[in-house]
Amino acid sequence: MTEPGSPGRATTPSRGPGVGQHRDYLYRYALLHLRDGTRAEDVVQETLLAAVESPDRFSGKSSLRTWLIGILKHKIIDVFRKQSRETSLEGSADGESEEESADLYFDRLRTDHWHTFPQTWGDPEQSLEDKRFWEVFDQCSKQMPSQIARAFYMREIMGLETDEICKELSITATNCWVMLYRARMSLRQCLELRWFGTG
Amino acid sequence: MLTCRQVSELVSHAQDRQLGWLERWRMQVHLRVCEGCRNFQSQIGFIRRAIHRHPLLQDKDREPPSGR
Repeated sequence: MTEPGSPGRATTPSRGPGVGQHRDYLYRYALLHLRDGTRAEDVVQETLLAAVESPDRFSGKSSLRTWLIGILKHKIIDVFRKQSRETSLEGSADGESEEESADLYFDRLRTDHWHTFPQTWGDPEQSLEDKRFWEVFDQCSKQMPSQIARAFYMREIMGLETDEICKELSITATNCWVMLYRARMSLRQCLELRWFGTG
Repeated sequence: MLTCRQVSELVSHAQDRQLGWLERWRMQVHLRVCEGCRNFQSQIGFIRRAIHRHPLLQDKDREPPSGR
């Protein structure tokens, strides 16, 4: 890629030490959210192009990676917004209330006690060094319905506040909290069943 | 007294918004006597911390951060 020449404007290096060295991290960040290598490649490419052509040049106030991740987040959110619209057109189970989804986990006939009492996980931090734990984690993440996963990633990885997520996905705050609740319940139960609960 | 279902919702909401003082008090009263919900609460906290340790988010050319 070559920098468009512009008299009076500083040029930013577009590869080598500089923007290009962060490509690998950007790809992994995108892959975690989009779960699709091709889509991840696309958004990273768009991000690097936008970074090079951006009129708001990286000013050096934050790290270069932080600035690039900022652009990448917006690109990922654009994909999420599009996917979210497609999901609602297909008519998904997003209208499910917190109560209905909680029926999976609680027994109405027994004063809403847990169907399966959460066990203690001991010292779960130990598992974070184990490659097999992360394989199970990824499988459990994939089990989440896409709309749930999108909201969850926006909250937990991107660190967006609820109102930002609502705005981007055009949902109400209540819907957002229900989705995050479903995500956490689903992920927790899956990890207990498939990792922490087995010996 | 809140049910486990209600407490699970509050524990989750507490990750996303400030709980009202009454909600928080009622949740804590339940947690004091319910081991299952206490486990649940610590597990939800663990999940939040764990995600940032995902292999895809780690820099490959330096030591992964040790667990705390």
